[in-house]
Amino acid sequence: MKSMKPSDLLRPTPAGLCCVPGDFVIDPVRSVSRAVITHGHGDHARPGHGAVLATRETLAIMACCYGEDFAGSVQPARYGETTLHNGVEVTLVPAGHVLGSAQIVMRASGITAVVSGDYKRRRDPTCAPFEPVPCDVFVSEATFGLPVFRHPDDAGEIAKLLKSVAQFPERTHLIGVYALGKAQRLICLLREAGYEKPIYAHGALGKLNALYEAHGVKLGPLLPATLETTERFEGAIVLAPPDTLGERWSRRFADPLPVFASGWMRVKARARQRRVELPLVISDHADWDELIQTFEELHPEEVWLTHGEEQALLRWATLNGFCARALSLTGYGDEEEA
Amino acid sequence: MRAFSRLLDRLAFTPSRNAKLTLMRDYFRDTPDPERGWALAALTGALGFEVAKPSVIRRAIESRMDAELFALSHDYVGDLAETVALVWPAKGNAGTQEPELSEVVDTLQSALRHDVQRLLEDWLDALDADGRWALLKLLTGGLRVGVSARLAKQALASLRPIDVAEVEELWHGQHPPYEDLFAWLEHRSEKPSRTAPGRFRPVMLAQALDEAVDFEKLNAGDYAAEWKWDGIRVQAVSEHGVKRLFSRTGDDISHSFPDVIAGFCFEGIIDGELLVMHDGTVASFSELQQRLNRKSPDAKTITTYPAGVRAYDLLLENETDTRTLPFRERRSRLVALVARAKSPRLDLSPLVEFAHWPELAAIRANPPPGDPDRAEGLMLKRWDSIYEAGRPKGPWFKWKRDPHLIDAVLMYAQRGHGKRSSFYSDYTFGVWREDESGTRVLTPVGKAYFGFTDEELRELDRFVRNNTVERFGPVRAVRADRDFGLVLEVAFEGLQRSTRHKSGVAMRFPRINRIRWDKPSREADELATLERMLERG
Repeated sequence: MKSMKPSDLLRPTPAGLCCVPGDFVIDPVRSVSRAVITHGHGDHARPGHGAVLATRETLAIMACCYGEDFAGSVQPARYGETTLHNGVEVTLVPAGHVLGSAQIVMRASGITAVVSGDYKRRRDPTCAPFEPVPCDVFVSEATFGLPVFRHPDDAGEIAKLLKSVAQFPERTHLIGVYALGKAQRLICLLREAGYEKPIYAHGALGKLNALYEAHGVKLGPLLPATLETTERFEGAIVLAPPDTLGERWSRRFADPLPVFASGWMRVKARARQRRVELPLVISDHADWDELIQTFEELHPEEVWLTHGEEQALLRWATLNGFCARALSLTGYGDEEEA
Repeated sequence: MRAFSRLLDRLAFTPSRNAKLTLMRDYFRDTPDPERGWALAALTGALGFEVAKPSVIRRAIESRMDAELFALSHDYVGDLAETVALVWPAKGNAGTQEPELSEVVDTLQSALRHDVQRLLEDWLDALDADGRWALLKLLTGGLRVGVSARLAKQALASLRPIDVAEVEELWHGQHPPYEDLFAWLEHRSEKPSRTAPGRFRPVMLAQALDEAVDFEKLNAGDYAAEWKWDGIRVQAVSEHGVKRLFSRTGDDISHSFPDVIAGFCFEGIIDGELLVMHDGTVASFSELQQRLNRKSPDAKTITTYPAGVRAYDLLLENETDTRTLPFRERRSRLVALVARAKSPRLDLSPLVEFAHWPELAAIRANPPPGDPDRAEGLMLKRWDSIYEAGRPKGPWFKWKRDPHLIDAVLMYAQRGHGKRSSFYSDYTFGVWREDESGTRVLTPVGKAYFGFTDEELRELDRFVRNNTVERFGPVRAVRADRDFGLVLEVAFEGLQRSTRHKSGVAMRFPRINRIRWDKPSREADELATLERMLERG
């Protein structure tokens, strides 16, 4: 018998989603004594907590970004491994978002709640695939929770890029990518499409590329694009953080053709705002169809939406007999990373 | 249809003209007939579907999707065609073949009104999001990918390669899907017939006169002079009953000027200026603008802004191609032809009499009142020159009036496109005015993005980055007040009243003439100076 209400197990607080009996906060946006982190993106994984539970990969990413002393103490967890926190069983399960990303599964008094963090359902050569866990409460992101966001097949987007590289051999294809996850996935997708030439990377991507390689993700020949050189990088593919595209740094390249890989690129006005000439719709977040697919597959008693476009999903839930509510948590949803 | 939709998607995001040419050339080269021919027709604006209205698209999506979910999506995206393309819930009838562009065109041309929605739904089911967008844009008649008919023809010409003038000259005898044209461009057949009456003839263009160098070499007696009118260059064709009005790039603009066409009481081809004229007196360019870009003007627009052609050259008279005759001979034939035509929509551009260059310079500096006062300057044409397409050096010169100059203060800067995407290269500048409380404030009066060297661009970019006070997306506001600011000497051709601009004025062709690093911002010009120019003009 269930003796507990879902809201007794999990409750939104200003610091983030709090597991009250377990005495920890998931992806806290302010300093807490006990944190559980879903994945390494900066809006979810922040430094300065007391004790941190996360996957070994996520802890490594945090150490890489913030330095070894990013938390008072750390507790690495393997996928599928269960630990007990004040009577709450906590299990980390792959979320398919980036390397090390995990859903946090909590069980107490016969109730199961899953906080998905950010997730996607399609294949990604750089991380373990999302595993559906039957639950009473499914806490989902809603970054792309509008029916306009339906990401096309990755391979087709990569084909567009490679065709453009062949059509404009005198120009540098300068691709804006988030340093964690998107960069490495794009490199792997290019390799899968048979692109074997060196790929050039902005210095800000170097450490995370090395970290992925150390975790067994093969990226092929990578070269720095930041050295002082007279090289103009004609015909090359260069990856850089999105905000460097229009900056002075980009002037070293031969007539750079600005490319941006993100789910936002599905909407033309968004691509125009960024002055992108080749928008690639490649995202690490579930699109509308994947969100719906996940809700239908799990069919939890309640769906809670943390951050993103919630209104359309609430409408969908009403039409389809789901019980859904929007938590409207603040502090999540990094524009650059989606 | 996939190759076509990919092309449109690329073109829509590609600002550079050369890159657009590459994209189109590759598409025309790699796509088979008749597909590419229909694409060419779409790009040059030759395709139109009467039966497909936005209401059909709305009904189609309403039959498939919850109205509230659609409304949320439409609010977010803004554009109806794009929203439908993105949200369209395909029925999942796997195996449905994507329609080819030619199939869409053929089917729609014979489709009945009540069949259109069903056809549309089937196609939307079979296409991907890019394909759906291309289809919906095609049906609603607005591709809006920044390609002019001329640019598409230029891409076509690069296939053979030949000069675009050759394609333009053939164009009006050709019809979609243009298989003969492609065959010739790919060296598979003879040049298609060019005997179709009423086709466009490529125009002759003038070099800009360099006062410092050219006058020493030129003999005043060799040249005729006439006013350079401030309208648009057109070709008036009346040949074997075919009457057309072409822009200088060969776009057929007849539909916008039925009143002008009706006045073509001659047999031949006239090169001239399209102007709005009230009883033979030229009106301002802004009146002409009321007529341009209107596909089919209503009766009121036609009577308020009556247009006509001011003739200055003759390319064909009856059966005689006059282009190989000297200008002197063409001119006398033109004078006689215009006199015979007795049309209120057609008059003659008069010659300006002069004995020597200094006399002509004085006339240019102080044109007589009336029409010449509205002219952009003078044209010089060698009496013995033949009519030669393109821009040959020597026979024709344009000698524009000196531009107006004003000192303005840089207020905002925006990043450019393409090669300039890392530079703040588009500058909004303002002049001083007094606000209600009597304080002197800057008010924006225009925007310029050329007129400076690459080195100056680097300096301007540095100034913008170092003096930014606020950012709005790609735009930066720079410090500009009484004590600090960068003064730009701006040159422009003319000034118009404008209700769209806060300052009430709009400049024609503004550009940066000089950067006044030395001039204090408080000494820049006042809005009153511009207002006085308006009164004079």
